[in-house]
Amino acid sequence: MAGIVAWGSYIPRYRIKVEDIAAAHGGDAEQIKLGLGITEKSVPGIDEDTATIAVEAARRALKSSKLSPKEIGAVYIGSESHPYAVKPTGTIVGTAIGLSNDYTTADFEFACKAGTAAMQVAAAWARSGMADYVIAGGADTAQAAPGDPLEYTAAAGGAVFIIGEENVVAEINQTLSFTSDTPDFWRRKEQKYPGHGGAFTGEPAYYRHITEATKMLMKDVGTKPEDYDYAVFHQPNGKFPARVAKLLGFTEEQIAPGMVVRKIGNTYSGSSLLGLAAVLDIAKPGQRILLTSYGSGAGSDSFDLIVTGRIADRQTKSVESQINDKVYISYPKYLKNTGKLA
Amino acid sequence: MAVPKIWRKIPEYYNLIGRQCPECKELYFPVRDVCKKCGCLEMTDYKFEGKGQIVTFTITRTPISDPEGENTEIPARDVPYAVAVIKLEEGPMLTAEIVDCNFEDIEIGKNVEVVFRKIMEHGAKGVIQYGYKFRLC
Repeated sequence: MAGIVAWGSYIPRYRIKVEDIAAAHGGDAEQIKLGLGITEKSVPGIDEDTATIAVEAARRALKSSKLSPKEIGAVYIGSESHPYAVKPTGTIVGTAIGLSNDYTTADFEFACKAGTAAMQVAAAWARSGMADYVIAGGADTAQAAPGDPLEYTAAAGGAVFIIGEENVVAEINQTLSFTSDTPDFWRRKEQKYPGHGGAFTGEPAYYRHITEATKMLMKDVGTKPEDYDYAVFHQPNGKFPARVAKLLGFTEEQIAPGMVVRKIGNTYSGSSLLGLAAVLDIAKPGQRILLTSYGSGAGSDSFDLIVTGRIADRQTKSVESQINDKVYISYPKYLKNTGKLA
Repeated sequence: MAVPKIWRKIPEYYNLIGRQCPECKELYFPVRDVCKKCGCLEMTDYKFEGKGQIVTFTITRTPISDPEGENTEIPARDVPYAVAVIKLEEGPMLTAEIVDCNFEDIEIGKNVEVVFRKIMEHGAKGVIQYGYKFRLC
């Protein structure tokens, strides 16, 4: 059965506090922290982008897997901030992790679920035998216009997984998707910042797709919420995943280990995958993990994962240590790092 | 830097691939085609691990000014920035930026490790050059 062989994560070191963003726009920091369920977010260095984040995460995944680069047959990176409009991020990642030329790549894009879409394709490649191992994941330096409520959450980071049939640490028992044409959040061609439908991003978008995909998955594999040790949902803020978990019948204990959003914000294509990486960092053999992503536009990919006995060899608590390894920066420095101030 | 030159330097910039002399085993970074010690012409690729020590460093607070915006090669860095001479564990020395730290923490002799970063953008329309920088470890 195809599954996760190894994982690697990367979170930039810089953080900005909600208080510092609120001060720039005259917002009430305490109310915003309460409303969004986050206290600070990660910010990329001035020299970091989706390609550099994906490279660092992929290098860690490859090192942890102990595989030879020759065994990787494909590289699929999902993002909504690929550095080039035309010129694949996957070629930069493939070369930087030491692959030669006998692999395939293409970039994925589906708002915040591009990374899980890449993982589904990777699992299909592994199951079909078209490649022994495939690198798939999501990374973003999330964009938000200054003053937009999104600015409090749009963060930077990513997680990359090696998917294969051998040496699996978490089996992908099942994965399926729920997709519709729902314009809740978008970015038009050549626009710098995304637009969104405000409250419309909630009920008909995030909540509908996540609940439908998760219910479909649990019906398909015959599970109930209590059968899972951990559940990870897409994390645009701290509030949505907590509420969707409750609606579906999951507890705070099941979701807490994967709720990285509270400390680093929404890393878009990296969001639910960094949550999964945090859970894999502590999971034990035999435990069951539910993962449901959400991408605006709109769709959700749901995964039923079962942890194997090999997991301990790969665990480094990397997500937790990166969350705690931080340098706070001011709002003007944040504007410089994210290219909003020359 | 022209696109072909950027492309040619990808192995060096991305993965610290230098050269080794198959005769006298001397290691080189950046790439050399002729061994400086024994004159051998059959040099082979050698991948450096990316760990080393700071030999010396400087912090630039006033870089060369470009008031007319004539320079289209825009380094991906803020001012001030730190540049160090680093002695790799395998021997050769190179010059690179030190990132992700408070400048007060940079000292001669401290250990550093390689990170993958944007080096330069060739204007908003040009290619992005990626490569090595280092951070304290």
